[in-house]
Formats: sequence, structure tokens, C-alpha cells
Amino acid sequence: MKDLLTIDQIGAEGIQEIMVAADSFAEVCQRPIPKVPALRGKTVATMFFEDSTRTRTSFETAAKRLSADILNFSASSSSVNKGESLRDTVETIEAMGVDAIVVRHGSSGAPEQISRWASASVINGGDGWHAHPTQSLLDVYTIREEGRSFEGLRIAIVGDIAHSRVARSNIEAFRLLGAEVTVVAPPTLLPPHVEALGAKVSNDLDAVLAETDVLYLLRMQHERMDQALVPSLGEYHRAFGLTPERAKRLSSSALIMHPGPMNRGIEISPEVIDDDRVRVLNQVTNGVIVRMAVLYLVIGSAAADRLGS
Amino acid sequence: MNLETLTRSFQPEHLVIRGGEVVDQSGVRRADVRLDRGLIVEVDDSINAPVDATVIDASGMYVMPGLVDLHTHLREPGGEEAETIITGARGAALGGYSAVVAMPNTSPAVDCPSVVRDVLALAEGAACEVVPSAAMTVDRAGSLLTPMGELAAMGVRIFTDDGRGVQDPALMRRIMEYATGLAAITGGVPVVLAQHCETEALSAGGHMHEGEWSTKLGIGGQPAESETLMMRRDIALARRTGAQIHFQHVSTAEGVQIIRQAKAEGIRVTAEATTHHFTLTDAACANYDPVYKVQPPLRTAEDTSAIREGLADGSIDAIATDHAPHEPHTKEFPFDHASSGMLGLETALSVAMNELDLPIEDIAGLMSWKPAQIAGIADRHGRPIVEGEAANVTIVDPNEAWVVSGAEMASRSQNTPYEGNELTGRVLHTIVFGEHMVREGVATR
Repeated sequence: MKDLLTIDQIGAEGIQEIMVAADSFAEVCQRPIPKVPALRGKTVATMFFEDSTRTRTSFETAAKRLSADILNFSASSSSVNKGESLRDTVETIEAMGVDAIVVRHGSSGAPEQISRWASASVINGGDGWHAHPTQSLLDVYTIREEGRSFEGLRIAIVGDIAHSRVARSNIEAFRLLGAEVTVVAPPTLLPPHVEALGAKVSNDLDAVLAETDVLYLLRMQHERMDQALVPSLGEYHRAFGLTPERAKRLSSSALIMHPGPMNRGIEISPEVIDDDRVRVLNQVTNGVIVRMAVLYLVIGSAAADRLGS
Repeated sequence: MNLETLTRSFQPEHLVIRGGEVVDQSGVRRADVRLDRGLIVEVDDSINAPVDATVIDASGMYVMPGLVDLHTHLREPGGEEAETIITGARGAALGGYSAVVAMPNTSPAVDCPSVVRDVLALAEGAACEVVPSAAMTVDRAGSLLTPMGELAAMGVRIFTDDGRGVQDPALMRRIMEYATGLAAITGGVPVVLAQHCETEALSAGGHMHEGEWSTKLGIGGQPAESETLMMRRDIALARRTGAQIHFQHVSTAEGVQIIRQAKAEGIRVTAEATTHHFTLTDAACANYDPVYKVQPPLRTAEDTSAIREGLADGSIDAIATDHAPHEPHTKEFPFDHASSGMLGLETALSVAMNELDLPIEDIAGLMSWKPAQIAGIADRHGRPIVEGEAANVTIVDPNEAWVVSGAEMASRSQNTPYEGNELTGRVLHTIVFGEHMVREGVATR
């Protein structure tokens, strides 16, 4: 895999390959000096056209633990409007000599476009409403770490599905591995033609709750209020938030996950955040491990391709 | 503009077109055609060429009236990096057009007599007739009427804010009412109000058709209702006012049905469809290539087949190009920031011949005499191939195959959605007011 753009692109086999590599990097991360020379002399550029401290930090930590050099490129999406095309920007970065580019962009499809112009490997660090494959991989790793099999696993993804790259990638990943995915949201937060995503659909969290093995909560963006997609955050919380009362009805063996950052009191009540079924910090830890695996495999495979040709 | 002034800017030649199949309003027939001094002077089974005449061998080819495009963006004034009137008209001639209607969404917009005069001046030396249309509202901003009377007095017959629809229904009603009062200026010919049907409150934030693909790709969608709501509104207002309306670039199956019903009811409505809206679907956006970004967006297979039906049964009157040149770098932005629009002039006839299951005389009607009628230029374009008519003639070889290449086009831009496609059927000669403007597929201006 020269690039990592979407989960569908790598398939179940690709997910598996990354999980196996991640297991060995998990061991590395346990060492007193959690660093290996696997990517020494390689340069990883993080091109973030949209702010994301968490994802950027996670990728940078992963790259450092692999001994890669890091080149930071920040461009607010507004600079895109000032006349420099995406292609110009990418060619500028490539001219500095990089082996992989991690792209975060507010526009869906930007990493795929970049991959057509770049000879370096392109890793999608989240694009628009489209895809966030490394988030899905770390989520898969987190569930797998619990010893759960995906076959028949009932996963409910709750919240703003319409505008969520995490939802799209996770539906792909979880379904590829055999899980049964239900998206739960009011109709205004579901994309039109939601059936195209291949998940079951519900507007009623309470009806789904008792039959859920993994409850995956999405971040509710405040700007959705301005678009009148829900009447108020309070009403959203009462209908779709994980309240203490709902937490009681959720199976004791269920997992509660969230891609962060969490809105306390909106998608989850503050009292539930410390529930022992919550895996949010494991997700963060695993993010570094999985991104190490992705960087290693993607840059390694690009190098192998070059040798092969 | 009168015929004499027009023909003065062309250099008529003495031409004999031999061996072709003549296609016009009366069908298809074998005939030779002689052109002289800008007119068709002889149509007969067999014509002996006078010594001073150039003979064009049209054996196995169609000889038809020059094509007319109701919807061309020539980008001048203001967008000369993407296209100029000269380069656009050259592309038009290469595509078989003898006339194109230039859209007014230039910079400045064509919203007053002086800009119309600029466009006409820039069109001197162009390879086909350039027919200016003018905006309905000042700067296409949707709030004040343009001086439609003065513009009509200069010869403008099509008014449009193309690129935008008029959002305010009360303003649209006034435009329609005002337009119906211009008959005295135009000699009874109704001016045509051409609407870009897009309800912006519904299309806002959308960059492609709202459907399965927009959902999968995570791109904001524009629902079909963005188009059809405005169509329904304008039909209701046309019913009240009696205005002559025209719907541009129809993209939805429901839109075709709305037009069909309105025509049956006797509403004075015409409509056009572009080649891309009956050949391409939203699936083309799957790789996020902004060359497939266009307004209105490419829709579904159901829509493309409804548009084909509409073209076949007359619900849609004309095939237009919505030729929209854009500089290459503007298509190298992320999909939601990239420019909207596609080239069309140099591919439209070939695409129509390849894709439509219609006899050639129907295609010629959709691309020549029906649009000529709507544009108010039917005195000189889209005429039958008979003695005494203006010598606007296109010769197309239905068997010649060619591969579409944006880089090889006359346009200053390259954004064709048919790049690399092999098409069968190619325009080899275009004669504009008697001048041999395209010779063996090569433009002479």
C-alpha cells in the first residue's frame, strides 16, 4: 500500500496487516526507550489544512518513535482560497524531499487528489466529511485489544453521521470485519441516501441501546445548531446523549468509545465519562501504535516499489 | 444587427459541396450545394463546379445548416485567461456552429448597452456569429432590472442571469411583466427570459448532485428540487404574465416532466439540455476530479435517460453546450473549492451523434433550427438548405473517429469531461456566411 486514503481501499486484508504490525509496535511502546530506527533518514510531512492538535500530535509521536524526521506544514483552509491551488501546495512540499505526506483537509477528497500529484506516500489524516482511516484503524485495534471478535459484533454509532468522516470510515471498517453497524441520529443528522453507507439506521437510541456491544459516540459540533439541524443541544442530549440512566441499561460488557474531543454534557454526561466501560484514553494510546504501523508499512512499501521498479 | 452588416465581416467564397446528404427541416436527401457571395445559390442533384469555385467532396457526409448554441461562456470581457471571444468562436466553428449565444456573466456583466457594444466589437473577426445575451438584473445580483428595453432595441433577445437564478419571486414576476411589454420594440418577437433554475436556499453548500454518491464521497449535495422548485415557480408566473420563458441546462427527470406538462398546458416555455447532462452521471465524481464539477450538477442515470426522452419527444427543444472554460489551476483545488463548468463546443455534435438514438435530422433540429428560433436568429441561422438562404452550412463525416483531447482544442482551456474518449462523427467543414471557416477539420481564422 503506497497510500492510505480510505478503509475500502485497503480492505479487510489491509486492516489485518496493519493490526499485526501494530502489535509489534505496541511492544516497542512498552520499552523504557520507546524508539526504533525503522524510518531513520525518512521524512514525514504533516500537511494540516485544518487544525487538529490531537491527530497531528499522534502522527508526530508515531513518526518520532520510528526515528523519522518530521516536516510541519500548516495552512489554514483560507489560504487555499487565496489563489494557491492544492497542486501548487503539494508540489512545494514534495520539492523539499519527503517520503510520506499526512494530509488533514477540510475538503472531502483532497488526499486522493494529492495522491495523484505526489510521488511520496499519502496518508489521509481526515478529509472533510469523507474519511478518517487511521481513526478507524485505532478503533479496530482498541476493540480487538479487548479480545472481542468482530463477527456479529453489534456496534451503534451515535450522532452527526451526515458530517462525520469518522462515521463513514468506521462503518466501512467494522462492516468489512463482520460487525453489524447501526447508525443512530435524528433524520437531520443523517446524510440523504444514508442507505448507501450500508449500515442499519435508527432514530431511537433507547431502542438500540440494550442490543449494543460497542456504543460509539460522535462529537456534536456546535455549528450544527446554526444550521437548525437540531433544535437545541439540550434536546439532543436528552434524546441521543449517553446519560447515567442510559449507561445503566447498556450491557455491563459493552464498550463506550468516542474519537474525542468529548463535549461533556452533550454526547455524554460528565458522570459517565469515568465509567469503566469507557475506552477513550485507550483509543488515544492506540492511535500512536496504529499510526506507527501505518507509517512503517506505507513508507516501507513505497521503498519496496521503488526497488522493484 | 442586420444581415448586411453581419455578412460584411465575413469573406464569402464560391464553394460547391458535392456528393453529400443534405439534412434540413425537410429530412435527408442527396444533393449538391453551391454557395456564392454568402448565400446558397443552387441546390441540385448534380452541380458542375464553375472554374472559380472550390469543390468540397462531401461523399458519405451530412451537409446541414450551421449549428446554434444557446448557451456559451466566452468569458470576455474579464476572463480572458480562460477564453476569449475569438478563441471561443474558433472552437465553436470547429464544432460546427455558425452562431453562439454569449452568456452575460462576464466581468463586468453584460447588463447595459455599453457592454453589449463591447462584446460586439470584440466579436469582430470571430469565426462565427456571436449573439450577445444580457442579464435580467443589474450585475446579475438579483435586485434591480437591467434596461431591458434599451437592450432589446439593440437586438438583444435573450435575457438571463445565468450562473444564478433570480431568487426573488416578486422580482421574477416583475421581470416577466416588463418583458411582455417589449413587443413594440422587438417587432412582436417576444424576448426570451432564460432561467438558470437553482433555488439557492436548497443548493447552498452543495457541490454535486445530492444522492448516493454525495453521501459516499462526503460532499455536500444539491437536491433535484433545487432545480424543480424554481421551474414550478416560473411556470406559475409565466401562466399569469404570459411571458416567454426558457429553462437552461435541464438536469433532472422531474424537470423534464414539469416542462412536458407545461407545454401541454400551453405555457410559453422552451428548454435546453447540455450534452453532459444526458451522457454523464454523478458517479463520474467518484475520484474527486473537479473536471466533473458543473452547475447544475451531473445527476443520475434516471435523469440522463429522462433527458434523452425529453429530447426525443420535443419536451426539450434544444441541445446546448454550456461551454464553460476554466483555467487549469482552478480545477486543481479541492472539489468544493474548484471551479464549476465544462467545455462543450468542440464535442457536442459528435457526442450527440454517438449517444442519442435519434435520426440525424432530429439531432440537427435540436442543435440548429430549433435553437435558432429561440435565439431570435432564425432569419439567418438554422435555415433550410435551399436557394436564397444565408450560407451557414456544416459538413460532418459520420464515420470519422477521433479522440478527444483538451490540449488540442481551440479553447484556451482544457476542461473537457470527454478527455480520451473516442467519438465517431466529426465536423470537417463549417461555412459561416459563405466563408470557409473550418476546412478539413482545421480552423482558418
